[in-house]
Amino acid sequence: MTTELPSDIKPTSSKILLEKPSSDWLPPGLALQKVDERIMTLNVGPQHPGSGHMRLIVQIDGDYIVACDPDPGYVHRGEEKMAEYRNYITNIPHLERPVIHDSCNILYPYVLGVEELLGIEVPERAKYVRVIAAELNRCIYIMYWLAIYGIFLGHSTMFMWPTGDRELLIDLMEKMTGARVTHSHFIPGGVRNDLPSNFEDVCLRQVNYFEKRIKEYAAVFYDNPILISRTQNTGVLSRQDAIRLGVTGSVLRASGIDFDVRKKEPYDVYDELDIQSIVMKEGDAYARSKIPWLDMLDSCNIIRQALQKMPKSGSVRVKLKPNPKGKGFDTVYKRVESGRGSLGCYIVSDGKPEPYRLKLSVPSFRNLIALPYLLKGEKLGNMPSVYWSLNYWPVEADR
Amino acid sequence: MSSASEKPVEVKPEEKPTTDSKPVVKKPEEKPTTDSKPVVKKPEEKPTTDSKPVVKKPEEKPVELPAFEKSISDKIVEKFGDKVEVAFIKKDRVGINVSRENVHDVAEFIRDGLNYDHVESVSGVDYPQEKEIAVVYHIGSYTDPSLARQILVLSTRAQREENPIPGSDATKLPTLRDIFYSVEFHEREIFEMFGVYFEGHPDNRRLLLPEDWADLPPLRKDFTIKGR
Repeated sequence: MTTELPSDIKPTSSKILLEKPSSDWLPPGLALQKVDERIMTLNVGPQHPGSGHMRLIVQIDGDYIVACDPDPGYVHRGEEKMAEYRNYITNIPHLERPVIHDSCNILYPYVLGVEELLGIEVPERAKYVRVIAAELNRCIYIMYWLAIYGIFLGHSTMFMWPTGDRELLIDLMEKMTGARVTHSHFIPGGVRNDLPSNFEDVCLRQVNYFEKRIKEYAAVFYDNPILISRTQNTGVLSRQDAIRLGVTGSVLRASGIDFDVRKKEPYDVYDELDIQSIVMKEGDAYARSKIPWLDMLDSCNIIRQALQKMPKSGSVRVKLKPNPKGKGFDTVYKRVESGRGSLGCYIVSDGKPEPYRLKLSVPSFRNLIALPYLLKGEKLGNMPSVYWSLNYWPVEADR
Repeated sequence: MSSASEKPVEVKPEEKPTTDSKPVVKKPEEKPTTDSKPVVKKPEEKPTTDSKPVVKKPEEKPVELPAFEKSISDKIVEKFGDKVEVAFIKKDRVGINVSRENVHDVAEFIRDGLNYDHVESVSGVDYPQEKEIAVVYHIGSYTDPSLARQILVLSTRAQREENPIPGSDATKLPTLRDIFYSVEFHEREIFEMFGVYFEGHPDNRRLLLPEDWADLPPLRKDFTIKGR
């Protein structure tokens, strides 16, 4: 039984190392533990340690964190249980609720899975519309994440700018789907509506402006010496530990592993588009916060390519029978690259109109395991920057 | 006027059932069977290049399994023989069923012999009729480029009890946490949601549910949502 920590992560300057909490179960926070005069237990949350409700039970020695026990679950809504009571179509609106500002990407694996179960072929134009919607949504999510990262570090400009510039893309999504955040746009067999008549031109114009605008963030945020001093060399996750902990998305790519589902296992038309998988080797909070920003610049490129290659006319959805159902017992596991990383959906069908079991394997939940390791030995003041650099979204992790 | 207008009306319904009834009856027969009949018809009408792959696909698939995926499952079967059962081989997905006695050994071989290195997802599936709870590991690889597309679906089953006492009944499985570190939180979630206790897991506390939850494990099939 190997319960010790990965060898690479050593506390930088803490003198005392605590053992992991014992396995005898007691409610967290109420468990009796050895009292050490130097150690103080601190409850951070559940009211908003970042955004969304989750609690971090942190033990500190002076200014240094010696142990951290994440306690998610305050926004657990039982999406997976609810899915077993609804059919494949009525599942769509509630499944996007865990991440409303990345709603296309969280629906994507579900829709791909249902299409495989039902044996539906999607029209070519619908695939391009989906890719454009998914990339726009990725940018919308990252802008929101970036705004909160900015305010976490006390950088008010970085809260205001992304919040404002995000509206450009939200307007585009509203034009495309009719809703600002919860689009419910993807359905098995295509997308719900065709693009409005002048969408291509408007989209190209807005995306070009958006790209120009986010390039300006470098001067005010990413090249800012204060940000660099607070994030560089904090919370370093080595390549070997990133693999071992099974993290995903920007956290993984910041540790030097080139893994992007869009590139490694292309779905829909991603294999026809030129995708840059951005990788950095540092593995610190700075690299983890910079990769999403570079991803946005890449997304702008992908959107432009997709607009160019998209068939100008044609159907965007296949007509489904009412209450579609699979052909007997079958399972399917599909994954996509969301704004936070690889997002998988496992569906077990028993031939009824409702899924027998639906599991969302969400990137936030997978990245959470890295938090206790990254915080060990850090200063308490660095906790927000490390926590939010994990691209963690509590509502999604709890489902 | 009335008689003139009635006559063609009377004639048409007489003709319609005779002439049109056959295609009307045929169509609904064709539609529920989805694509099979239109696909078969197309090659008769257009014996060109496009029709051949459409016809061949359903015939070839059961015979020719994807080669690379087959080689992965062959390696596991070669090593463990009757102890494992290949559930399915699809494009990029290999399904392996293992009994709970052998799951630890098979997982160890998957890591050391096949270069899989992390677990993406652990799901429980409740089968009340079979009195079993399946736990399904979706295992992937970051280090081996040839396995980047692949997901190995390792499935094992635990005994299910009607009146569960999570942690102290027979619903137990060996943990894979010492092999794949990344299953730590996933297995904690399975424990609270299905009551499957993972023996050897260092941290068997609840994760998402409230501390005072005193009902059935909520993702079991006999826990029903009120009003449904």
